[in-house]
Amino acid sequence: MVQADVVVIGGGIIGSAIAYGLRSLGCDVVLLDEGDVALRAARGNFGLVWVQGKGLGMRRYAEWARQSADLWPAFADELHARSGIDVAYRKDGGLMLCLGEDELNRRRWELAQLTHQAGPDGYDCTLLDRQQVQELIPDAPLGDEVSGGSYSPHDGDCNPLRLLNAVHHAFRAVGGQYRPDHRAETITREDDGFTVTANRTVFRAAKLVLAAGHGITHLAPQIGLQVPIHPERGQVLVTERVRPFLRLPINGIRQTDEGTIMLGSSAEDVGFDERTTADTMRHIADRNLRALPCLRHLRLNRVWGALRVLTPDDFPVYEQSVSHPGAYVATSHSGVSLAAIHAGPVARWIADGEEPSEFNQFSTKRFHVSGTA
Amino acid sequence: MFRARHDTPPEDGVTVTIDGHDVTVPPDTSVAAAALLAGLDHVRTTPVSGTPRAPYCMMGICFDCLMEIDGVPNRQACLEIVRPGMTVRRQDGARSLGAAP
Repeated sequence: MVQADVVVIGGGIIGSAIAYGLRSLGCDVVLLDEGDVALRAARGNFGLVWVQGKGLGMRRYAEWARQSADLWPAFADELHARSGIDVAYRKDGGLMLCLGEDELNRRRWELAQLTHQAGPDGYDCTLLDRQQVQELIPDAPLGDEVSGGSYSPHDGDCNPLRLLNAVHHAFRAVGGQYRPDHRAETITREDDGFTVTANRTVFRAAKLVLAAGHGITHLAPQIGLQVPIHPERGQVLVTERVRPFLRLPINGIRQTDEGTIMLGSSAEDVGFDERTTADTMRHIADRNLRALPCLRHLRLNRVWGALRVLTPDDFPVYEQSVSHPGAYVATSHSGVSLAAIHAGPVARWIADGEEPSEFNQFSTKRFHVSGTA
Repeated sequence: MFRARHDTPPEDGVTVTIDGHDVTVPPDTSVAAAALLAGLDHVRTTPVSGTPRAPYCMMGICFDCLMEIDGVPNRQACLEIVRPGMTVRRQDGARSLGAAP
């Protein structure tokens, strides 16, 4: 039997960031992970550290995403110092491109809503006309259909694979226990905490964090929670390396620090099917070539599919179980953008009970509509 | 460093230009082999670290023989057969966006 202060279930970017944060606060932490073959959204990620557009319909989430972006520069530096890995984070702002007048009008409406929702704090994102977009990315001539876009100075990007690796390395460097090939099977409540059985080993801890992505579906009921999540497939195309020409990440197009161009984004409801399809690849290529026709001569090196972890409203869930105090669940589609806040405030909430303001908005109660008249 | 196993009668040879030098090689020679016969000690430098690289696997797997062939960057030289008049250049780091013919 292995004893710890906290057992974190899920070694993707969310569980790892929380485990790293808990260990940094002095907790004795065991991180249980699956093996190489796992539904792992963190390995399919596009790499945006993004704020603009998030939280439309939930002001608290818009603030939350912004707060994480504010924490990211120090987080990236700390990871570098502790892991020796540079996650290639840059925060020069980010662009969203619109094709045609309808998309631009929709973006104008979304930004107006977000600004209204933000109240006196304001919402720091600017609507741009076509010429202003072009001035921001002068070496990437825009396609004829580009009508404009929006710019946020808080957006950025990173190398998501290096991020996952860096968080794992940093977690172990500060004394965390990482257990790959330990898929959590059962959770049992004890008088003074929880036991988790994984790979024929029993782990005991006073606290338990469930951050297992799609694994949450069958594990959450064991801590008295119902967390409705579903998969959504995204496919990503990657080109050969090119000399730097795109100085800002765009929704759907970004140039990595090593020169490849990543192209997205798609959304398909196909259950747990991670495969790639020619139709979707064509759709992604077509959309992005309409935005930046200068990409048309580049050859593709790789394509992959991965499954997003989505709640019914796409916003995160953070909740401590009422029936199983000491057991927590955390899930979000934005594990990279929120990595800094997971390693900081979320870890403090779990370790010390320091609850962020209005945090109950992130509970699953919002999905359980009561029959009030 | 490298030489052909058989001398080729000049009338059968194919002449290509590799890094500005005309080289005559046997027909059906790959561009990578032609580059080696021309005496190049590397055919490209890598995009990230700038390390020099030469053809290695000669069968389309390792991607270390990338060259610019007739203006098209990042071609796998081991998979291209020489054609008369072909212009081949070293691939220096990452390609530019530029146009392909």
